[in-house]
Amino acid sequence: MKWIRFGVPLLLFVVMAAFLAKGLENDPRHLPSARVDQKVPEFSLPTLNDEAVLVTQQNLKGPLLLNVWATWCPSCRVEHPMLNALSSQGVRIVGLNYKDERAEALAYLEKYHNPYSMVIFDQDGDLGLDLGVYGAPETYFIDANGVIRHRHVGVVSDVEWEQNLSAIWRSLAEEKI
Amino acid sequence: MIPFARLCAAAIAALFLMVTTVSVATIDVYEFENAQQEEDFSVLVQELRCPKCQNQNIADSNAGLAKDIKDRAYKLLRDGKSKEYIIDYMVERYGDFITYRPPVTKNTWVLWFGPFILLIFVVLVLVLRKSTDRKSQGTAHITDEQKQRVDALLKRYDQTGEQYGVENEGEEGKK
Repeated sequence: MKWIRFGVPLLLFVVMAAFLAKGLENDPRHLPSARVDQKVPEFSLPTLNDEAVLVTQQNLKGPLLLNVWATWCPSCRVEHPMLNALSSQGVRIVGLNYKDERAEALAYLEKYHNPYSMVIFDQDGDLGLDLGVYGAPETYFIDANGVIRHRHVGVVSDVEWEQNLSAIWRSLAEEKI
Repeated sequence: MIPFARLCAAAIAALFLMVTTVSVATIDVYEFENAQQEEDFSVLVQELRCPKCQNQNIADSNAGLAKDIKDRAYKLLRDGKSKEYIIDYMVERYGDFITYRPPVTKNTWVLWFGPFILLIFVVLVLVLRKSTDRKSQGTAHITDEQKQRVDALLKRYDQTGEQYGVENEGEEGKK
């Protein structure tokens, strides 16, 4: 009976410690996307450059990256050089200008170079809400059929790209062929 | 001293007043067609969790995203959608994280049933312990030496052990 008195609390402690240790590694701010493996939701929004040009989900057939950004988002400024580099390597990036001012966004792209093949202007964050965006920057990997295959929350850093994201991108690019 | 204390009290009262007016102001932005809609809305903003901020519902959060979700929920309510529809609608976009009542899935069943399993386990342990305690009563736990002494004493007075419950006493003595 003595080993129970000692062993049960010890066992409970070990189990709890294991769970808590695992919890330390998780970043609670990184949520899984509910939209992965689903089509891009229906939308109809103007481009940043021209109010008269409307973009719909039909225009988002990949492989492409849909990058959610805004001028009020400091992390977007951090990842911008990486986006420029990727775009010069031939990665197609569509911008989603999220809850921003048109003039400021245009000036931003003028100043820091425009890596986007096209920028969707989502002033009220409607497409953002339908995608489940909870903070810029976010980057969605969209395949040739317009299906979201992966979401990256936060800065696309060169380390992140090398370690995880480039493999996902390559698999999408190869599918096309 | 007294004027200073009064000043403090007045300042605190003013602070409380400010806080209440602010929170009232955020609720009053939305206008409803009927009491049911208003009721549903207040339940929704309590039960929907802000995805941007850790552990705040969208009623408490000042984040821009919380406002967007409130606005969308309000619009859907005005379109005649039910509370359940709106929760499903948000879960479809933001995942189970957005609701404070997660559905039972293989990831969440421990959350839902874990406490009950623990309760059953504890009750079982208590019941088992109780029954083993009972069983051990009436059994002697004395050494041979003690037994010999008891026998010797009993013999001296020409009596037998069982009658006087000596074995019980023996156990008590040990404890």
